[in-house]
Order: sequence, then structure tokens, then C-alpha cells
Amino acid sequence: MTSSLLEVRGLKTVFHDLKGAWPAVDGVDLVVQPGEIVGLVGESGSGKSVTGFSLVQLIDPPGEIVAGDVLFKGEDLRQASDERLRNLRGDRIAMIFQDPLMTLNPVLTIGEQMGEAIREHRQCSTQEALKEAAQALSRVGISSPEARLKQYPHEFSGGMRQRVAIATALLNEPDLIIADEPTTALDVTIQSQILFEVQKLSRETGTALLWITHDLAVVAELADRVAVMYAGRIVETGTVDDVLDRPRHPYTLGLLASSAATVAPGERLKQINGAAPSIDARPSGCPFRPRCERALPVCAELDPPSQIRTDGHSYRCHNPVPEGSAP
Amino acid sequence: MTAYILQRLIQSVLVLLAVSIVVFLAVYGIGDPIELLVPPQVSAAERAAMIRRLGLDLPVWQQYLSFLGSALKGDLGTSFVHGVPALGLILARLPATFELVLLAMSVAAFIGVPLGLLAGLNPESRPSRAIMAGTILGFSLPSFWKGMMLILLFSVFLGWLPTAGRGETVFILGVPTSLLTLDGLRHIALPALNLAIPNMALMIRLVAAGTTEAMTQDYVKYARAKGVRRRRIVGRHVLRNILIPVVTVAGMEFGSLVAFSTITETVFAWPGMGKLLIDSIYHLDRPVVVAYVMLATLLFVAVNFFVDVLYAALDPRVKLTGDMA
Repeated sequence: MTSSLLEVRGLKTVFHDLKGAWPAVDGVDLVVQPGEIVGLVGESGSGKSVTGFSLVQLIDPPGEIVAGDVLFKGEDLRQASDERLRNLRGDRIAMIFQDPLMTLNPVLTIGEQMGEAIREHRQCSTQEALKEAAQALSRVGISSPEARLKQYPHEFSGGMRQRVAIATALLNEPDLIIADEPTTALDVTIQSQILFEVQKLSRETGTALLWITHDLAVVAELADRVAVMYAGRIVETGTVDDVLDRPRHPYTLGLLASSAATVAPGERLKQINGAAPSIDARPSGCPFRPRCERALPVCAELDPPSQIRTDGHSYRCHNPVPEGSAP
Repeated sequence: MTAYILQRLIQSVLVLLAVSIVVFLAVYGIGDPIELLVPPQVSAAERAAMIRRLGLDLPVWQQYLSFLGSALKGDLGTSFVHGVPALGLILARLPATFELVLLAMSVAAFIGVPLGLLAGLNPESRPSRAIMAGTILGFSLPSFWKGMMLILLFSVFLGWLPTAGRGETVFILGVPTSLLTLDGLRHIALPALNLAIPNMALMIRLVAAGTTEAMTQDYVKYARAKGVRRRRIVGRHVLRNILIPVVTVAGMEFGSLVAFSTITETVFAWPGMGKLLIDSIYHLDRPVVVAYVMLATLLFVAVNFFVDVLYAALDPRVKLTGDMA
């Protein structure tokens, strides 16, 4: 038995349509230790959000989780009853969504929406719940929280709403927070404030964090470990230092090379040729092959298995980037 | 808020004025009431005196102005047929119609909203399909036919309920009502049901469409991710969001039922305003028809104002301000 907080093995989530079942998440393995911050990085359409929702079994038709185990503290969430899952969601596993403009209910007060997150999980009076909500709001830097609780979402700015979502996620001191691109819709200054606060709060409360993003800079700033996702699978994973400084998978290298921080001023940004394959047009063998500069004949035939090194750095590639050639 | 109310008041007066002109001209154009009012054997002199007494010898614009003048003093004219003030005649019939519509709309809402939720939550299920198919019948069957079928079923075959009239009434604050006597309730049941059915269908479709859409919204998924129970998600998150269109339509329907539940009142011989309107049109009783339409307009203006105020209560994003278009 492991002591991992979250252990995902071979997770596969498909979306059905008339022509068949298309895997959005295709055999994902992922481990999160207690109190650890893990960045899950990938392009749009790589399956990272679907992975996040699959973990808490929030996949609605036409989507379906068809294979794999999701072990949370040793308990397989795929076998858990609806009521058990409801009890875990928001209490032990909280989520923060991408778009703070859409996730808060426009016609209910902030106080009610935060209060219900408490009162749906433990016996407590409305007053007590509101008091806790006010404390949570002031923890994320919202002033005059009592007055704010009586307000509605449209009276908050985007950044403020995302703070509300973070405060809500922290209410029940969960073991794990899954944050799905929570800063993507915010401007850069707000983004770094929120990153800083989230990191601080998760360290203080010992909450593990799975941070889903397309932004490597965010991961570098925030995470302990990183998993890079491409076409529904994890292609490289390891500590932030290992993966970002010594990438072995050509896709990770490409992502790093195309981010502005790695390029000298005045120089053109590099880009990865082509686009991520759509879910119904994944190539045979390694799905990254058509865009890969290092592709070998074997890549077209055989899907590369995961190679795990002793230090936990793993990657799926037949022809990995030689060590020491990173940007 | 004050500026908003003031602006609404001015708008309302303009609407009333415009409606009064249109209705007055329209009723004038329908025909000459004298032919119906005066028995054929009456002499020409008596006939002329009657025309003068009713003010029908004046040109139409003078008739309109004198109507407007007395309307400003609260006198909407005197019924040609009954010889009493038109306004009093209509208002005496108002309670009967009002309680009928109130009951009908309550039934429509209390049955329609839950059924709509049910159909909207599982749109593919068998009961939902049955409900939605039923709403099409509810809309499309004509009111008079439905009324007759209800009478046939409940009064003729089953013999449970009476076919016509208002039954025993009691006075509450000087207003007669059928809702508080068993006999009255037995009488009001069928006409209320007849009025309720199309509105129930409307509510079901509105609520079902709203629910299906709301359930796909991010705030529902977020509430689920917070571990909120399904009952609370539907009853609070979803219902609060879909009540806005429901209130709009219910308000409009309420107004139009009070003003024009003519067919149902006729089929069930319910002594309400709608029946008075039909009778007055038959007899070309101009003052009653004009007064009726004026009252109906007033009612719509009031209902719409009420609905706007309700919006502000339901949707925190709506503020009632004077500069609203």
C-alpha cells in the first residue's frame, strides 16, 4: 500500500459520438503526494481538463470513464457511490474552475454559495457558516468580507471572483485542490498575486494541489513536480527542475522553446510545427511523431512505453533528447 | 427608483390615451347601436330624441372628446343596454373573473413548474417525453372544445361537477367569492381547469427548456464539484435562474386571462367580465366595450410594472433606474 494522496493508474476517458468512442484521456498515470503541488501542463485539447474532472468522476455523457483506477487515500473513486463522491467533493477534494465569470451562480449571494459548501458537508448554523466564509475571504485578501458576502457575483471583478473560488475551495481544509487553469482568464498582475497566495495557503494548510495549466512559467513558479500531457497521455513527468531544465521528451523541449522567457529579446519565438492532433485523428505509434524533429521509423509503428529513471523522472519517447542539450 | 416609477407612469398615460383613440374609432366603425336599441315600432321623433340623449348625433371627434372629458373625472360612460355606469357594471363582474384566473394560474404554476423541472432534468426519459407530448395537446386543443369535453366527462358521464354558473358565494370584505364554499369550489373547478391547461403547458415548456439549459451551465458543475446535493442544485441554483422567464410569461398570461377569458366564461356560463364583454359586443354597447378595453389596458400596464419589480427581486443584476429604455 502506498502513502500517496492520489494515485491514478491507466485512466481512460472517452467521448462517444455516432462514429465511436474517442479517448480524450488515454491511459494517464499520475501520483500526488500529500501537501505536494503538481503542475499538469499541456496544449488545448491535450486532455488535461478532462483528466481533472475524471479524477472526481465529474464526467457527463457523452463522456465516460472506461478504464483505470483513481485511488484517493487508497480508496478507488471509480467504485465509490454517488453519495460517497458527493461527500468527498468540496470537502476532501475541492476544485477551482477556469472561468470565474461562469462558475458562480449569478442570482445567489456569495455568502450563500460559500455557505452551502460548508453546510452540505457538516452540521453547522447559517451564521457559523457565514462567519467561516468571511474568515476564508479575508485569508485570500478580500477586505470587508462580511459586506462582500451579501453581494452577488456581478459586483466582483474577475480577479475577486477567482479569489472567492479559492476561498471556497479552502473552506473545508481539503486534502487536495484540483485547479483547472484558474488564472488563465485573469490579467498578468492579478495572476501572479493569486499564484503567490495559493502557494502560501497550500503550504500553510498542507493541502496538495493539482494545478492544470498550459503555462510553463506558472508551473516553474508554483509546482514541485510537473506532468506534461500530450494527446491524452502523460509524456513526461518529474520534478520541476528535471523536466523544465533537463527535458527528455521532444514535446517538452518544444514547449519550453516556444515560451517567451527562453528566447533572447528581438529573436523570433520558436514554435512546434503543426497542431495537436484532434481526438479523432491521432496518428499510429507515438502521437507526437508527425510534429517531432527527432522522429525515427520505429515511432510510426510502436507507441513508446514509459521509461522511468531511478530519480522518478519518466518520459515516453524512443529517441529522447540527450541530456544536457536543453535550452 | 422614484424616477423609474415616474417614467413608467408617464408611459402608461400615453399608452392609455393611444388605446382609447383606437378603441373608440374601432367601436364606432362596427355599426350603429340604434338599430339594435330602438324597437322598430317606435316613432321617428322618439327615435331622434333617443339618438340625441345618447349623444350619437354628434360627430365622432366630439363624441370622443366628451368621452375623454368625463373619463378624466372617472366616468367611462353609461351602458346603452343596462342604463348604469359602464365602469360599475364591469367592476361588479371583476371578482368572479379574478378568482377564476387566480385559481387557474395557481394550478398552472404549482403543477406546471414541477412537471417542467422533471421533464427538463431527464429530457430523454419516457415520462418526460409523455409530459412534453401532453403540452402540445394542452396548447393546441381549442379552449371551447376542451371546455365542452370537460363538461362531457366530469358533468355528463361522471356526474361529479356542475356544468355552469358560480354556485354559492360568500362575501369577504364586501367581495363575493366562490373559493370558500364547497358548492362554489365545485363550480369553479372545471372553468379554472380549462383556463389552466394551456398555461400549464406553457409553464412546462418554459421550465423544461430553462432547466435543460441551466443544467449544462458551469455554475451547476461547480456546485456539483462543491458537493452540493442534487436537490439543492435543482431547487436553488437552477430554479432561481429559470424563474425569470416564467414570471414574465405568467404575468402576461395573468393579464390576458383576466381581460379575455371570454371563451371559457361563455362555455361555463361563468358570470365574469369576459362574458360581459361578449354580450356587450353583441348589443353594440359601446360605452361598456370601450370602458372594458381601457380597464384591460390599465391591467396590462399594472401587471407589467409588477413583473418588472419582481425581476429586480429575482435577478440581482436588474436595477430599476429612470434611464432605462
